[in-house]
Amino acid sequence: MQLSLEQVSKSVSGEVHLHPLNLALQPGQVTVLLGATQAGKTSLMRIMAGLDVPTQGRVLVDEKDVTALPVRERNVAMVYQQFINYPSMTVFDNIASPLKLRGDRDVATRVLALASKLHIDMFLDRLPSALSGGQQQRVALARALAKQAPLMLLDEPLVNLDYKLREELREELTQLFASGDSTVVYATTEPTEALLLGGYTAVLDQGQLLQYGPTAEVFHRPASIRVASAFSDPPMNLLPARRNGDSVVLDDGLQVPMALPATTTSALVMGVRASALRVQEQPGDVRFAGVVELAEISGSDTFLHVHTPVGDLVAQLTGVHEFELGASVGLFMSPAQVYVFDAAGPLLMAPERTGRAV
Amino acid sequence: MARIELDLAHAYKPDPKSDADYALLPLKMTFRDGGAYALLGPSGCGKTTMLNIMSGLVVPSQGSVKFDERDVTRSSPQDRNIAQVFQFPVIYDTMTVAENLAFPLKNRGVPAEQIRQRVGQIAEMLEMSHQLDMRAAGLSADQKQKISLGRGLVRSDVSAVLFDEPLTVIDPHLKWQLRRKLKQIHHELKLTLIYVTHDQVEALTFADEVVVMTRGKAVQVGSADALFERPAHTFVGHFIGSPGMNFLSAQGENGQLRVQSLEVAMPDGVSVPEGELKLGIRPEYLGMTQPHAAGSVPAQVRQVQDIGTYQLLTCDVAGVLVKVRLAADMPVPPVGSQVWLRVLGQHTCFYRNEELVA
Repeated sequence: MQLSLEQVSKSVSGEVHLHPLNLALQPGQVTVLLGATQAGKTSLMRIMAGLDVPTQGRVLVDEKDVTALPVRERNVAMVYQQFINYPSMTVFDNIASPLKLRGDRDVATRVLALASKLHIDMFLDRLPSALSGGQQQRVALARALAKQAPLMLLDEPLVNLDYKLREELREELTQLFASGDSTVVYATTEPTEALLLGGYTAVLDQGQLLQYGPTAEVFHRPASIRVASAFSDPPMNLLPARRNGDSVVLDDGLQVPMALPATTTSALVMGVRASALRVQEQPGDVRFAGVVELAEISGSDTFLHVHTPVGDLVAQLTGVHEFELGASVGLFMSPAQVYVFDAAGPLLMAPERTGRAV
Repeated sequence: MARIELDLAHAYKPDPKSDADYALLPLKMTFRDGGAYALLGPSGCGKTTMLNIMSGLVVPSQGSVKFDERDVTRSSPQDRNIAQVFQFPVIYDTMTVAENLAFPLKNRGVPAEQIRQRVGQIAEMLEMSHQLDMRAAGLSADQKQKISLGRGLVRSDVSAVLFDEPLTVIDPHLKWQLRRKLKQIHHELKLTLIYVTHDQVEALTFADEVVVMTRGKAVQVGSADALFERPAHTFVGHFIGSPGMNFLSAQGENGQLRVQSLEVAMPDGVSVPEGELKLGIRPEYLGMTQPHAAGSVPAQVRQVQDIGTYQLLTCDVAGVLVKVRLAADMPVPPVGSQVWLRVLGQHTCFYRNEELVA
């Protein structure tokens, strides 16, 4: 199914929630709506679902105008942050409800198949309240999938779960979405979740749609400083700089040589992903000397916060590394891994992508 | 300031019979005077029960709690001289920041001049000096929680400060700054700090030693580095790291090793335990090798994900899926192709009955 938004905007009592935007979702694929809280993700989803009518603009399903068509006349499945199930129905009846409503045959077989896919087949006789949060959300997901709606909307469905459960469920969901039966829209605040889901990503910020494209492409070639900031965790290091011939010169006079494209301005911003900074030097590196503010350890990664003369930097190091607070440290970076933005916002240069499928 | 010794077990219902009846299985543990500890585990693991036993809110059903050799098993939180910080701010809205911070000291009759000094010191550490005369009511949620943290830390004579998920209400972008503050404060004040969380970043960043818990059992007490490099229990391998450790079935026999029933060519000088084992290796350490290289097994590539800062392969090793983390600039094999993965190396762990044996 092809869902398109044309010049859609939304204002509520004079306050702009969504600026006019155009968006044609990739049919049969996952589209991630990525943005901080209040970016406009939920407003956009409610319009897609038919729960809200846009202030301006049109919503088209397979080229048919459905802008004013209410949600119950559209074929949409939704999953929310909160675990929403019918509390007085068993897990079986919860999952079966959309099938029964439609008058399907083989209800039991379908319910069992879905329940076993989501690992809740042993709980079919229980009430949702007897299940853990993760299991309750699996029931809500199974019911949404049972509906087999051509459009499935998920609004931060994993946000209220422990991170290990989130990891597990996200992986199962990607597999379920891969069938391509539904066009899926998935809202999240987390850049890493967008990357793990793959598909396509729409970056939203303050009610504006900033960029839409294949997830990895948007990540590797953010169109602007705003996209780069929204789609980066930890945040991309942004350093004010200016152009001097073929070099980018940072505030403290540090020169980073590179083949810059022609620019109309000399005011630049250098963007460095945390993962591009290392503590081991390699030939041709640029060095930043600084002082350790904190080593945040996630297990798989250590995020090293360093105070330097050009600004505060965050480096992402693989594995566990311990650093004393206040210790001196040198961070190293290859000039080939630098993003350069016009200080006004637009991307001028992104690093070459080397690690592509062979 | 106190050293805390636990030698106890706890069941909420009378007459516990099986392991499942215990919220905390029998354990013996010592918390060093002046140490920073985290209790980490999923919901229901027993970490909050352990915290409540230390604070005096729960009396263990068997065994004892000692503070510096003194038996306090049945003493109230006041008697134990414990300070606590909860998930949500506990402050007086009508008081100023300074009055809030001074309150626990005033209550104990500390002389005014000492109060002034200590409040000044704590406010300085939390970067709240400029807000001392402001009413708490006008502050944001994270500012209020900072006051709560300050109130927990303001008394220098406490036995220990206990934190129960104190950064829940803090905006994600501000969390790292508060983690840094807490770490700095621990270095400066040398208080015994015990921190309960389900968030691995919080635990690993904050604590010198992390107690990892599951199903009422403390399965490992160790530094972030130890938990990552040498998980003492398969649960720790799984829970720490994202994605967690990969596990494969293995059999050691006469110095030879089979992994998922596949014969592994033994590298020189490597010995493996005998018998039925689980082989554990983290995605960060599972590298691709030449076909038939010593210590490697063949696998099929099932999925390739570009996670932006790295690439994640999902591979099938004789029916078990494993994750391989590759640097962003590494060439990746196409889906469906065969690769060889090095499962035996210096980072490989072996488990028997879920416990680390080599």
